[in-house]
Amino acid sequence: MNTFLFGIYPYIALTVLFLGSIARYDRDPFTWKTSSSQLLRQRHFAIGSILFHVGVLVIFVGHVVGLLTPIWVFDMLHVSHGAKQILAIVAGGIAGVMAVIGGSMLMYRRWTDPRIRVNSSFADIAILALLLLQLLLGLGTVPVSWQHSDGHEMVKFMTWAQMIWTFQPGAADYVAGAALVFKLHIFLGLTIFLLVPFTRLVHIASGIFAPLRYLLLRPGYQIVRSRRSKPLPPRSQSEVNKARIAAAKRPSAAE
Amino acid sequence: MRVRAQIGMVLNLDKCIGCHTCSVTCKNVWTSRDGVEYAWFNNVETKPGLGYPTDWENQKRWNGGWKRTRGGKLIPRQGSKWRIVANIFANPDLPSIDDYYEPFDFDHEHLANAPEMKAFPTARPRSKITGERIEKIEKGPNWEEILGGEFSKRSGDYNFEGIQKEIYGEYENTFMMYLPRLCEHCLNPACAASCPSGAIYKREEDGIVLIDQEKCRGWRMCVSGCPYKKVYYNWSTGKSEKCTLCYPRIESGNPTVCSETCVGRIRYIGVMLYDADKIEEAANAPEESQLYNAQLGVFLDPSDPVVIEAARADGVPEDWIKSAQASPIWKMAMDWKVAFPLHPEYRTLPMVWYIPPLSPIQNAAEAGAIGMDGAMPDVRNLRIPLRYLANMLTAGDEAPIASALERMLAMRAYMRAKTVDGVIDEGIAEHVGLSPAMIEDMYKIMALADYEDRFVIPTTHREQVEVAYDIRTGEGFTDCNSCSTGMSKASLFGGQKRPLKMPQEAQ
Repeated sequence: MNTFLFGIYPYIALTVLFLGSIARYDRDPFTWKTSSSQLLRQRHFAIGSILFHVGVLVIFVGHVVGLLTPIWVFDMLHVSHGAKQILAIVAGGIAGVMAVIGGSMLMYRRWTDPRIRVNSSFADIAILALLLLQLLLGLGTVPVSWQHSDGHEMVKFMTWAQMIWTFQPGAADYVAGAALVFKLHIFLGLTIFLLVPFTRLVHIASGIFAPLRYLLLRPGYQIVRSRRSKPLPPRSQSEVNKARIAAAKRPSAAE
Repeated sequence: MRVRAQIGMVLNLDKCIGCHTCSVTCKNVWTSRDGVEYAWFNNVETKPGLGYPTDWENQKRWNGGWKRTRGGKLIPRQGSKWRIVANIFANPDLPSIDDYYEPFDFDHEHLANAPEMKAFPTARPRSKITGERIEKIEKGPNWEEILGGEFSKRSGDYNFEGIQKEIYGEYENTFMMYLPRLCEHCLNPACAASCPSGAIYKREEDGIVLIDQEKCRGWRMCVSGCPYKKVYYNWSTGKSEKCTLCYPRIESGNPTVCSETCVGRIRYIGVMLYDADKIEEAANAPEESQLYNAQLGVFLDPSDPVVIEAARADGVPEDWIKSAQASPIWKMAMDWKVAFPLHPEYRTLPMVWYIPPLSPIQNAAEAGAIGMDGAMPDVRNLRIPLRYLANMLTAGDEAPIASALERMLAMRAYMRAKTVDGVIDEGIAEHVGLSPAMIEDMYKIMALADYEDRFVIPTTHREQVEVAYDIRTGEGFTDCNSCSTGMSKASLFGGQKRPLKMPQEAQ
């Protein structure tokens, strides 16, 4: 069972995450959206949404960096495992509390405001509930981690994550002895990955890539699209002058 | 110089009777769907008033359009790219649906199905969002119809800037006009500039601004970016929507639905050639009062041989150049200077222009209460304050508005003299700087307004944009958002699925 949940299920979840997202993006881009409800009710929205999004993003980046950076990088930088764990607990703890407060506000709004409630799908409410539960489980791991402050448990999770990512067998063994709250947190996290293509969470990808394109790749502000099958050549001043000369030679052009 | 063609529109407010036919036909065609019940791609407002959504003209409140920074840079008023991205989790400038109105419908069935009662059954309103009963409707799409509501509220109208407005609350001084509004299809659209996903684009061939529904992710920055509040967030689909200038009709040479159905024949559609390289400079004019003239400078004279050659080189089709030469828009905006952009101070270079309305003066003038300027009443004594119109159409510059109104009065005087007295009075035409021939042309186009004079619309050159062989059987009995031919040899991760060529970004 342990092997299935932590050795095989991660691959199932990640495969569904990537293939499912690609399929949805490719086949039904119209459904790829944030599903914002800000227009319908502004009350509780701004603070709740900002706390939730910033908190979750900090945690997400923290997990990616914390779990997937090889441990020798930290050793090389002379960051002790205990110190890394304290950093993770403090940063993750603060961001976690932010996200839980923001998420609770959003949940309260979604559940109690008739405008939002009527226009919420089951998936909208369920995924928010799962994220909140996941945040609480994550915060629940803090007291457990506190008990072994040398960071050896944390290194085990890092090893697990990196072995999964590099397709090495036997990864699940590193998680076998972990406390239940860790196991639940990991399982639910993988499940959320699995659910991403079927919920509004797909907008995370756009939230990362669209601003990057907007900020770094779009020259200026405007976008003009042409449907011409043969694109127009870029114009230079000399061509304008050529047009002027051609016009001068053909005085009847105006008619 | 980079010549592009744009389909422009002019609305002759002097003839608008406020019948809302444009709004209703537009609604029936485009926004009678879930999530956009509250959205009116075309609406008609009674001015003075706060409008729809409430107070939309006040950019101190909504931060729409563009601003010129102290350093002379042009950035969206809601913030540069960084600021827009930073606000992506919660848009601080987004109107709430209550700023438009909560959409409602009535219990019509109750009228038919009510049991026998002592009181006559009534059809009470229900919210279209929640389905719940609305006890009191607080706002509607045309809440200030014919000066509805107190003057104290309506006088919040942004166009009263710099006017002693109190006297216009008195019955004797009341004035009123209609303002039909739709997307301006700007040369420098703030909605497109604000979209982090790049879903909003201007079409190179006709200047129509569209939202790619498959690329829109619902960040809502366009809604706050547009100073005219003409981009609407569909709360059901989670995508933004806006006026399409009825592009399927325009492409086939037909006027938009709002124009086609206008019973007052106030709407004109035609081609304008413009210099795309001049847009940035024009939108970034140092003073707001220069913006109207700056936009005039962007337009290119379609009968200038240099422009014609450059247009050909830039791929503007021959019949589009011909249409530009016959364009009623060019005549009204450039030859006669009677049409003006709506709020040029937003710096978007809008392309739906307005002819200011004359207001009733004749009786008072005859009684000697109003100053006469020669044979004609002085336009500065019209019932609608000149400054009010100037605030709306020229960023406060009264001279061009006065000149336009004088020309319109002169047209009436000239034609009255001609048809009633049988006299050709060239003095009237000269007085306003026009020739008798120009006045007669003005009369033909603005007063008679025949269908073919109002709408000079060339068709799209399909041969330039698509291969008909590829799209045969592409529409109709298919599934999949009309992207597939139905003969699905398409594979998810390989092969070309869409024979339809999507528009590409042009530089």
